[in-house]
Amino acid sequence: MKRELHAEWTKLRTVTSTAWLLAAGVALTVAVSAAAAATVSCPSAGCTYDVPKVGLIGVQAGQAIVAILAVLTVTGEYATGMIRTTLAALPRRPAVLAAKATILAGLTLAAGTVAVLGSLLVARLILPGNGFTPAHGQPPLSLADGPTLRAAAGSVLYLALIALLGLGVATIVRDSATAIGVVFGLLYILGILPFMISDPDWQRFLWQISPTNAGLAIQATTHLSGYPLSPWAGLGVLAGWSAAALLTGGLLFRLRDA
Amino acid sequence: MTTVSHRSTPKTRRQGFARLLHAEWTKFRTVRGWVIGMASAALVTVLLGVFSASGSQSSCGAPGEACPAVPVGPGGEAVDDKFYFVHRSLEGNGAITVRVTSMTGQIRKPDATSGVRNVVPGLEPWAKAGVIIKAGTRLGSTYAALMVTGRHGVRMQHDFTHDTAGRPGGVSRTSPRWLRLIRSGDTLTGYESADGGQWAKVGTAHLAGLPATVQVGLFAASPGDLTVQQADLGGSIAAIRFAQATAVFDRVSLQGKAAGGAWSRDDMGATREPDGEIHHPGGVVQSGGTFTVTGVGDIAPRAEGQTIEKTLSGVVAGLLVVIVVAVVFITAEYRRGLMRTTLLAGPRRGRTLTAKAIVIAAVTFIAGLAATGVMVPLGTHILRSNGNYILPVSSLTELRVAAGMAALFAVFAVFAFALGAVFRRSAAAITVALVVIILPRIIATTSVLPTGASQWLLRLTPAAGFAIQQSIPAYPQVLGDHTPQAGYYPLAPWAGLAVSCGYAALALGLAVFLLRRRDA
Repeated sequence: MKRELHAEWTKLRTVTSTAWLLAAGVALTVAVSAAAAATVSCPSAGCTYDVPKVGLIGVQAGQAIVAILAVLTVTGEYATGMIRTTLAALPRRPAVLAAKATILAGLTLAAGTVAVLGSLLVARLILPGNGFTPAHGQPPLSLADGPTLRAAAGSVLYLALIALLGLGVATIVRDSATAIGVVFGLLYILGILPFMISDPDWQRFLWQISPTNAGLAIQATTHLSGYPLSPWAGLGVLAGWSAAALLTGGLLFRLRDA
Repeated sequence: MTTVSHRSTPKTRRQGFARLLHAEWTKFRTVRGWVIGMASAALVTVLLGVFSASGSQSSCGAPGEACPAVPVGPGGEAVDDKFYFVHRSLEGNGAITVRVTSMTGQIRKPDATSGVRNVVPGLEPWAKAGVIIKAGTRLGSTYAALMVTGRHGVRMQHDFTHDTAGRPGGVSRTSPRWLRLIRSGDTLTGYESADGGQWAKVGTAHLAGLPATVQVGLFAASPGDLTVQQADLGGSIAAIRFAQATAVFDRVSLQGKAAGGAWSRDDMGATREPDGEIHHPGGVVQSGGTFTVTGVGDIAPRAEGQTIEKTLSGVVAGLLVVIVVAVVFITAEYRRGLMRTTLLAGPRRGRTLTAKAIVIAAVTFIAGLAATGVMVPLGTHILRSNGNYILPVSSLTELRVAAGMAALFAVFAVFAFALGAVFRRSAAAITVALVVIILPRIIATTSVLPTGASQWLLRLTPAAGFAIQQSIPAYPQVLGDHTPQAGYYPLAPWAGLAVSCGYAALALGLAVFLLRRRDA
């Protein structure tokens, strides 16, 4: 396994797009969070914003870049034929996929931590200027606050799980265009289905099974009873999706010719 | 020895372009994945639309109970025609003049203690009271009215959708407002005055088909109080609560052949409780020459109901597939090295790329039109049979929504295709296309993003083009939840489409420029 990890790390590290994508993911996350923080306002006491959620809204955009990175880790090899070299050198296929997943998850956790901390820091600096002051019942964002810490740590985990989902899908379809289409469909289209329907039972059901809606429940710090799932259960739904995609991908990877 | 001219004549140039188009069409049609992709884009749009429409149930009171009919204005739009009307008939030309000395009201606010009605004194910004000349007491019939409003000064309005501003400011006993509305044939003219001596014209309305005998009189109405709350799961919830307006009129005088005797009173468009009582009744108190009129409701275009574009909620999924196919249509050529053959056959690179763009645009337009052309009639049928009221629009608007969305499919396909030609890699092109087209639309309409930011997203990004599907305009004289979450786009339909077209043209221009400069 050590050889596989070393090989995957070398491959991912030496492709220029990896660094670019990670930097772009961090920048996009922080920028969108900052834009959201700059546009909310709390003119008087009693505004109902879920402040950590607003400060972390950029994760919804940053996850797109994370998903692309994950997809390219696999489909890039198929596009160039590199996959055959990889498998000739390292014939234990499950170990290859596990190494890919480990390296990718590690990179995403690192970049995700930077992105999430950056978003919260920017929101902490911008929000008081828009009326989110202690006088209006809005203490500054702080990781010392339990729910905020859970939202922040959970968002980092969320990004890592999105990467694993992308990796799984890419291993299944093996083509970057199709894989990106499928991943974006899972993330965004499945995410808006609950809003396209007015039947409340269907709405709850679709919300509970969609990886983004359920997964992002981890960012909720207020009105928790209004959500169909608790924060950690929501993240569990996303973990289920990622596990299913990786397992299916791993099985097909073993069975098919490269 | 003869010299051969390499300059092509216009005719051969035309034939050459037709050949290019034919070649690109052949490429598209013979790749099974692309054809299946395009067909599934249309199919997924329809299936999601059907799914969404079937899940939207609505009923008035008990399940299955029919809702009361919604009045339709002279322009064919659904309207609210609910006000307290104190009136007489007027034969032929004539005029009404009144003095308004006071305007007050009541508003129900969200309950502070649950179960206890929290009613406070106050006026809605668009509470209105004044004089009106209306074809009759049929709901939705043509009218012109001159009024004092809660916070928008004197206005002259007619036929529900038209609104002209007069002098700003409210009324009080010390600064009353005189209003005069004159009928002459089909033309109604409104004047206002501070003292009954110096008159200023507010506006003129031409009411086609106004009958010889009309109803003339005083009215008062107040639209409900709107509160919008962020929903926990994203999006917003709008609630409308009771509000009423009371105005005091005196110095009422009529010119022309007005009927004598007592004034008639009608609580126009009032809703009745199951026991026959009127829900929130209006009224009038007359003492000497002074009339105190209280009314609830509004005389305005109606926004409550489903819109026809609600049936097109599946387009986002369809577009995702369209973008993937459009990008791959060019990046696959680079990946397989076919691009070199293509440019060998059509060495004028700009024309070759344009031919490809035309083919992908035409194919997506047809696929899009198949989807929207089925979905608008089918979806409205499903919505209606589930008890939903659909705000009526003209067939021209219906055509604009269906064909406009198909055109938007084509514009986005060209944009994605051009990005594919710029990046020459499908992953990068698809990502950029999705992040600038689909993501803004999703974040703007379903997330917790504040309204201002959502509106800017839908003004500046290529997603602005989604405005083409909005069938009911946001009238400024109606206070509503005019946000992207509620289906109102910040740009006018064609302006939004123009923004998307601009992005597509820019991207295509860049693609041609780069294709000419770079080696293939």
